[in-house]
Amino acid sequence: MSTPIISFQDYGFQYMAQAEPTLHHINLDIYPGEKVLIAGTSGSGKSTIGNCINGLIPFAYPGEKTGVLLVDGKEADKSSIFELSHTVGTVLQDTDGQFIGLTVGEDIAFAAENDCVVQDEMKQIVDKVAKLVDIDHHLDYAPHELSGGQKQRVSLAGVMVEEVKVLLFDEPLANLDPAAGRTTIELIDTVHERTKAAVIVIEHRLEDVLWRSMDRIVLMNEGRVIADMPTAKLLAGNYLLEHGIREPLYLTALRYAGVAIEEKMHPEHVDKLCLTDAHKEMVLNWYQKQKALIQQQEAGEELLKVEHLTFGYTPQKRNLQDVSFTIHKGEMVSIVGRNGAGKSTLAKLICGFEQPLSGAIYMAGRNLSGDTIKERAANIGYVMQNPNQMISKPMIWDEVELALLQEEMTGEERKKRVEETLKVCGLYPFRNWPVSALSFGQKKRVTIASILVQRPQVIILDEPTAGQDYHHYTEIMEFLKELNAQGYTILMITHDMHLMLEYTPRAIVFSEGKMLADTTAAHVLNDPCLVQAANLKETSLYSLSMACGIEEPQTFTECFISYEKKEER
Amino acid sequence: MAKAAILSYIKRDSFVHELTGTTKLIFFILWSVASMITYDTRVLVCMLFMSVVIFKISKIKIKDISVVLGLAAIFLIMNNLFVYLFSPEYGVGLYGSRTVVLTIAGPYTITLQQLFYHLNMTMKVICVVPVALLFIACTDPSEFAASLANIGVSYRIGYSVSLALRYIPDVQREYHNISQAQQARGIDLSGKDKLFTRMKNSVAILLPLVLSSLNRIETISNAMELRGFGKNKKRTWYRLRRMTGKDWFVVVFVAAVLVIDLLVTFWDGSRYYNPFL
Repeated sequence: MSTPIISFQDYGFQYMAQAEPTLHHINLDIYPGEKVLIAGTSGSGKSTIGNCINGLIPFAYPGEKTGVLLVDGKEADKSSIFELSHTVGTVLQDTDGQFIGLTVGEDIAFAAENDCVVQDEMKQIVDKVAKLVDIDHHLDYAPHELSGGQKQRVSLAGVMVEEVKVLLFDEPLANLDPAAGRTTIELIDTVHERTKAAVIVIEHRLEDVLWRSMDRIVLMNEGRVIADMPTAKLLAGNYLLEHGIREPLYLTALRYAGVAIEEKMHPEHVDKLCLTDAHKEMVLNWYQKQKALIQQQEAGEELLKVEHLTFGYTPQKRNLQDVSFTIHKGEMVSIVGRNGAGKSTLAKLICGFEQPLSGAIYMAGRNLSGDTIKERAANIGYVMQNPNQMISKPMIWDEVELALLQEEMTGEERKKRVEETLKVCGLYPFRNWPVSALSFGQKKRVTIASILVQRPQVIILDEPTAGQDYHHYTEIMEFLKELNAQGYTILMITHDMHLMLEYTPRAIVFSEGKMLADTTAAHVLNDPCLVQAANLKETSLYSLSMACGIEEPQTFTECFISYEKKEER
Repeated sequence: MAKAAILSYIKRDSFVHELTGTTKLIFFILWSVASMITYDTRVLVCMLFMSVVIFKISKIKIKDISVVLGLAAIFLIMNNLFVYLFSPEYGVGLYGSRTVVLTIAGPYTITLQQLFYHLNMTMKVICVVPVALLFIACTDPSEFAASLANIGVSYRIGYSVSLALRYIPDVQREYHNISQAQQARGIDLSGKDKLFTRMKNSVAILLPLVLSSLNRIETISNAMELRGFGKNKKRTWYRLRRMTGKDWFVVVFVAAVLVIDLLVTFWDGSRYYNPFL
């Protein structure tokens, strides 16, 4: 093989503000034209590796390094962030935040502008790369007129303006819905074929990235490389689960059925999977056995009822059109649909942030139309996606207490209420800590606690797990499940199909302001029409059940979920 | 969500819009200098007339910019008021004569000279305001930074203006979302509470807003550095338009206005046109 384009040699790094090194003894070579996935949980050091490659370390985040990092044959820390940017093009995680220009064209041209390319040449380059990523019809669009997927195309075009040898993607799927995520992976693949640049994808959503083949997976944990091997080999081993990364669903299903995963089965993609008849038999047997065990749950009493709700920000456009459904006490329900389908609008109407044009919302039989935001908040809590947008006090106790300060109660009562809530949320030991000392998942808990303290009956959460790895995802979701078990009714706006499947028996699907379906989560994900309308994608369990000759993929999915729940217990 | 922008780019199809940002910037600067220097009523009347004509050409409607015009009017009235309060005899000193119209009290009398001085001062402001507003309302924000750089301002400064424009809508949306979520926690921002409580409550929105803006800044500055911002002393501009015949015509025109302005104003050795002689 040729010489590596990126070479870590016994490399270690410690951020200036931190007591411990983040990376230890990294040895990693990446060759020209390779496609490598770097996987690992949050805090495993995978993003730090990316920052070393593109020069943000040490030029923007100083610290101390040991060992050597060569990028295109030169020592990275003796180069400069500008010089490195000619070799490595980086697409950051935040599709919106990295959009610099006022329009698409300007944003793509940004690097060329800084390189003093003359205008005529620049226009040609921009047209060329815009075509390559299929955004050439949107050159005059402003960022807020684009979808997440389109913004990502723009970011990609922006780094391709330079003819880079390495394309680095830092969690490219974090802010995208499943369908847009899939398109992004396809786009990365196409760009790789056309440019022959080495592609490095940093991501923990393994199955989504493997929608297109990767040459190699590098698995990180606690600042070390745990495994560095071809995709098939890594999937055949037990590395992923051991290190907090979710393996592809079809592989988990196979393991449940007792099938041992081997390299020669081509485990890297569900469509490439080679199953013997014996394997299929095992899956089928497992399915029959599980099917008998599924139980139906009974619905509780009616709690939240929405009737013929219609709303529009402008008279011409309807953001919601004639929506009706009923939520029962103790339910946990997903609200799904693509961006702009009306999910958030629905939440805003329920909370009273906006007023409907027609229709009504009932809480335990009482019409809410005359109630103010504050009055509704006593029954309905709303948790925003980003905890940093909600937390307004530096100390945990103060933050949780905040809503109670507006109510008339004695200091003693208040103290008791806050203590109880903190205990429910597992935050009691941290009650005197500053919020800034907490992790993202813990901050999320704080925001939930600050809502729970008002004792609402229904909690609405906007994307509760966006951008979280499997470990933190499980932590947040298990917490919500506990709350649900204690009698709180929970509504979640989400893109995460797995969340839907695993935690919410019921899903309500929206598309372009209309309610398309109100059914089981398993049904939604096994109905191609709904999947497409909601910008979701079918799970690999669907393909697996087809491959094994099971004709009811929906029931197969339900079996899988109920088995998984039992396994966890 | 309703647009809350007070003054922003208004896209119309007009001669003023067709000019490059650089031309409009030069026009604005020279025009302001011209009106600032002179107190010659004849010149000011001409410039005022031209201002109105230019405003007509731009196809911008009064109601598009009514909020800013209102603010400018308030400012102008305050300015006049204070000038009069502090030196009610300034005009008399300037024009060397005193024609009393009305006596109010103590030193406060209204003289023709003082009134004439106020008239000139007001006209100066009214000459500049439409041109300044048009510069903002008719210049594509994309061209802002480029035109600043084109007349020699450091592109770093130009770009920070441009970035601010890029982020204003985002921050507005975020403010809106945060304030709704905080209201759901019983933090009232409407007029019902006392002023002090409301001020205290608005901190509940500002803190998360500031923190998330700081995050934004980190991301954007990383993204910019990764794509080579600040590498060279100069940079080129994707959206910079070349000066055409029209642009040169306008630049020559405004330069001529300035020259004529200077000639007429200083012909008799004084900045002030004196009808009282």
